[in-house]
Amino acid sequence: MKTKYRGTAIALGDHVDTDTILPGKYLATMDPAILAAHCLEPIRGRLPPLSKNTVIVAGRNFGCGSSREGAPVSILGNGMKIVIAESFARIFYRNAVNIGLLPIECSGIRRAAKNGDMVETDLAALNLTVNGKRSFPLLPPPPHIQRIISAGGLVPLVKKELLAASRVSRSGRAKRNKPQKHNSGQKVGGARP
Amino acid sequence: MATEASSCARSGCGRFRIAHANLFLSPDNAAATDMPGSTISEKILARASGMAEVKTGDVVTARVGLATAHDACAKVLGPFERMGAARVWDPEKIAISLDHWAPATTGAAASLHAKTRRFVKEQGIRHFYDLGRGGVCHQVVMEEGLARPGLLILGTDSHTTTLGAAGAFAAGIGVTEMAAVFATGRIWLKVPPTVRITLSGKPDKFICAKDYILHIIGKLGRDSAAYKAVEFCGPAVDALGLSQRMTLCNMSAEMGAKAGIVAGKGKGAPASDDDARFESVNDFNIGGLTPQVACPPSLENVQPASTVARKRIPVDQAFIGSCTNGRLEDLQAAESILRGEKIHPRTRLLVSPASQRVYRQALKAGIISSLAESGAAVLGPGCAACFGGHVGILAPREVCVSTGNRNFTGRMGDASSRVYLASPAVAAASALYGEITSPEDI
Repeated sequence: MKTKYRGTAIALGDHVDTDTILPGKYLATMDPAILAAHCLEPIRGRLPPLSKNTVIVAGRNFGCGSSREGAPVSILGNGMKIVIAESFARIFYRNAVNIGLLPIECSGIRRAAKNGDMVETDLAALNLTVNGKRSFPLLPPPPHIQRIISAGGLVPLVKKELLAASRVSRSGRAKRNKPQKHNSGQKVGGARP
Repeated sequence: MATEASSCARSGCGRFRIAHANLFLSPDNAAATDMPGSTISEKILARASGMAEVKTGDVVTARVGLATAHDACAKVLGPFERMGAARVWDPEKIAISLDHWAPATTGAAASLHAKTRRFVKEQGIRHFYDLGRGGVCHQVVMEEGLARPGLLILGTDSHTTTLGAAGAFAAGIGVTEMAAVFATGRIWLKVPPTVRITLSGKPDKFICAKDYILHIIGKLGRDSAAYKAVEFCGPAVDALGLSQRMTLCNMSAEMGAKAGIVAGKGKGAPASDDDARFESVNDFNIGGLTPQVACPPSLENVQPASTVARKRIPVDQAFIGSCTNGRLEDLQAAESILRGEKIHPRTRLLVSPASQRVYRQALKAGIISSLAESGAAVLGPGCAACFGGHVGILAPREVCVSTGNRNFTGRMGDASSRVYLASPAVAAASALYGEITSPEDI
């Protein structure tokens, strides 16, 4: 599992809400490409372009507001596999973990990182550095979160558990819960188990 | 700051425990009994997880008492299928009401609705409320008596906290998580600490629960209840009817709360023990409180309406409705200010009853015709203009006084538009004068 991530910072403030991450007018769509195109739209003009080589570095309460899963989907859709903040709003945090976007809490990061700074995250060493100099310790996710991360998201985890349950209860009739071809959960890096 | 991810690690995992080896399909445990020294949330989560007792910080696998969904139900179906699930765990414990795009205004929304209708039929979900029979999901679930004291409720909407007004533990989740709930009937939850808010005093004229909660959020902050439960109590809460309690619990979400709760009425309704541990107890006296306004773009920018009124801010649109303030007494409060008057020519007033039932009651009471006489555009029940994706979209630089729950940048339309949150009385007074106005000043 990938444990090292590097990207140039997209520096954001406190309380970045879900309407800023993904405005309500795009809620009816389920197409990840469309969601990705509108990620952070209300403030995008002020930001460097989003890509797989960037990483969002925010302040307190990132993702506050709506339960819209399109918010983390739109970030993931731009190729970013992790998002770093001082703290996350709870539904955003769960949504991100569930779909395979890794939310990383890092105390002190908001003041330390500016737009364009190189942010390197090492989830095995539990350490984050800004421009190769300033270093911040990270905490490992608790076991119940790590389980979801290690499984590659909530879909593969529940699928595995449903399958196991059906095998146990009725070994002859497990067909109903057979794994289907379509697989969603994207593999993400995680902290050490 | 304590969060789902960190507080366990920071507290040294001493109180951390996983109730069962398997996160979603755990075996049933023995029936729970209420132990002394617990909060309402601890009691409800203990019961739901089949434990004798749970404490703040515990991670439990809980059985869901009720799952609620709105238009987002259609988005639950993808992950539900990919999990390999075929049937929902219990069709009787799912309630769905279409509210965000009611009625559908785009092909994408129509397709979400069509998928939901098909799913509901296939799965035999009886508690489904289509256009003309429902309204905002939280309102409908409450009206139908599906939210009960002590119940664990999860919903696809962040304002599912509204249902805590019935004495339930009700939290919002995303669609993938809801797919797991639909498939297994279970969810992992970390037992939250409780922030207790005690309200005392008698409200002045024009003051309602919206003013209380805006004042509270302004004082305590937008993430003051992040990952926590908020319990509202005290004589001023006891004096409130259900609809005002719903407003309080609804906006606890804007403090970051996992759940907002008012202890339920009647026998068997769980209440916090006298010796329960609260993270904090915050006392507010609402006597002398004046109408409040949350100025854009943050719920923390709360000022007295009369102070904001001095800035003479012209209002393009006033919106009265939503899960926060679309109930009968909200419409009544607005109507009593507008009765016999015409709204200001530069302002358009949108009114949306929270549900079909509210709509019918308001029709019978003559409220709808009176508002229409004043110049209000009355919309059908639903979320309407509140979330900026359906109707009443704001043009660049327009100003709206809204009875909704969020004033974020671009919330109701263009990123340069501005939303001021207030009570129905303030919204009506502002529509009447065409600028932000306190009803005290009429």
